[in-house]
Amino acid sequence: MRRDYLNWAIGAVGLALLLVIPNVTDQFQTFMFAQVAAYAVAVVGLNILTGYSGQISLGNGAFMAIGSYTTALLTARAGWPYLVTIPVGGLLAGLVGLLVGIPALRLRGIYLALATFALALSVTPVLNNYDKLTGGHLGVGFKAVTPPFDIPLSNEQWLYFLGWIIFFLVFVPAWLLLRGRTGRAWMAIRDSETAAAANGVGLAYYKTLAFGISAFYAGVAGSLLVIDFAYVNPDSYSLNLSLQLLVAMVIGGLANIWGPLFGALLVVWLPYMAEKAVNSKPDLAFGALLIVVVFLAPNGIAGLLRRGLLVLRGRRREAGQITGALEATPAEADQIAT
Amino acid sequence: MHLLLAAGFTFTGLIQQVVSGAGAGAVYATLALALVLIYRAMDVANFAQGEMAMFSTYIAYALVGGDFGLLGTKLGFNGLHLGLPQAFWIAFAIAVVASFGLGILIERVLIRPFEGAPLLTLVIVTLGLFSIVNGLAGFNWGYVFKTFCCPFPQSAVNAGGVSFNYTDLGIIAVTVVILVAMAVFFRYTKLGLAMRAASLYPESSRLVGVRTSWMLALGWGLSAAVGAVSGILVAPVVFLDPNMMQSVLLFAFAAAVLGGIESPVGAVVGALLIGILLALVGTYIPGGENLRTPFALLIIVVVLLLRPAGLLGRPETRRV
Repeated sequence: MRRDYLNWAIGAVGLALLLVIPNVTDQFQTFMFAQVAAYAVAVVGLNILTGYSGQISLGNGAFMAIGSYTTALLTARAGWPYLVTIPVGGLLAGLVGLLVGIPALRLRGIYLALATFALALSVTPVLNNYDKLTGGHLGVGFKAVTPPFDIPLSNEQWLYFLGWIIFFLVFVPAWLLLRGRTGRAWMAIRDSETAAAANGVGLAYYKTLAFGISAFYAGVAGSLLVIDFAYVNPDSYSLNLSLQLLVAMVIGGLANIWGPLFGALLVVWLPYMAEKAVNSKPDLAFGALLIVVVFLAPNGIAGLLRRGLLVLRGRRREAGQITGALEATPAEADQIAT
Repeated sequence: MHLLLAAGFTFTGLIQQVVSGAGAGAVYATLALALVLIYRAMDVANFAQGEMAMFSTYIAYALVGGDFGLLGTKLGFNGLHLGLPQAFWIAFAIAVVASFGLGILIERVLIRPFEGAPLLTLVIVTLGLFSIVNGLAGFNWGYVFKTFCCPFPQSAVNAGGVSFNYTDLGIIAVTVVILVAMAVFFRYTKLGLAMRAASLYPESSRLVGVRTSWMLALGWGLSAAVGAVSGILVAPVVFLDPNMMQSVLLFAFAAAVLGGIESPVGAVVGALLIGILLALVGTYIPGGENLRTPFALLIIVVVLLLRPAGLLGRPETRRV
């Protein structure tokens, strides 16, 4: 029972931290933490697809673009209230994700990575090409979002709370899903498709479902990000975005429910700090971190923290036994047999 | 037919597009060959292949023009360059050899710890390498476009109303030379045979004394060298910048998938087809210039759905 108290305590501290942050940071910092919420939603989605169900996606940026442009176009051109566009963007992206998931069923392993890589690279040129709809290079802008009902918050604080409320609204279902039957089915598929199928897991259903849900999260994240900036343009949806999601997922903690929080913090803040410290883009640091984490701590920051907590409680043996999505699994046996 | 006429369709125009498409395809072919080399050795697509080629190109560029970027400024050797009439080709040779060394170094330092790791790990590592190399080049040389000219005369020969660009002809010739050299190396030399054996039957090869791990390093070295050729050849066409190889890499992936990802000849055939198709798409479809990347995506998906082994690959069988 001691364990439960500690978990509740950590949860309470985390929640308190979230409530304190917008009151002690300046406008810019609050705004950055608002973006963290959006990225965290996207990484939760990628983690479902790649971390839990084992389908490598380098193209989730494309689904984010769908959410972003849905929100931008409906708000700017059709005059919709921006809050309503968030679920619409998410659902539209989810629908496209389901459709993408069907051909993806036939692409295994490296081929899926190749196809989604191509998807990631296609977003910007497609957005530029259909400029009548998307505004091309100029992008789409709308009036900056302000707090409703005269709530005494600054714009940044409102964006912050909006982002984190939406985060929890979509995080809790993901958590429940991953703890339950669906999550177990996904992990079974990741670890060995053959074994999963032999045990009655419907591969087609669960794999497509993972694509749809993952894309829904990406879409919601895209909507949130656009609401933050009140502007969108095609260049934000380059390969870089999809790579950032991957970096956040891996460094945060692959197939760890809390990983996306740490990963999102990193991909939002590191570029800013790299710019400030060495006046450079963060790619070098991202790449190096990625390889170091995969080598030394394959379960990412969240995995390290969990291990630390277990050691703290004197359960050292258990701490040494944590395995994750990147450790040797029956899937390897599968590969060797080919 | 009306649509084609409206787009200014002429037969010589079509042939012209096919010819210049084949020239572009030859560039994709060299990079695709580099991808195939690593895929055959370790069953993973190297997502950093394009960036490695880009870096090699910067090396050649630095040797020719004496612009060593930030490093040169710090160490004070900017401006040093090969002031020889054949500077381009000497720089080319040095860059290819240096890339070979760097390829081996990368394998020993970054890839070797992950030998036998799950696919996702390897994909993440090559993407990490992608970021590192891209970041290094950007950090040192900046993100401004540079011109890097020109291995071949900037003129063309005319034959029957179709002009054959010396650049295209040269690139095609270089690609053919590489393909032939690779075929000879892997078929007739002891080292080449050992490399093939090491990737096909690692255990048996080890038993007969092949150092399989080093064969993998050699594969990375060769692949980096072949990739360097593609980068240096394409730089005069697309301008030099840290992101120059991203779309080339995608087209090379499409080529490798179309030709059969394990087949070198398939990669070249696939690349030429892709080059020609993309040239036609760019010319005859409105807005086609922007649609080249999605078109490559379409090719990858359609090929994988209809004929996953590609044109010249052998179908994969799986024991479960």
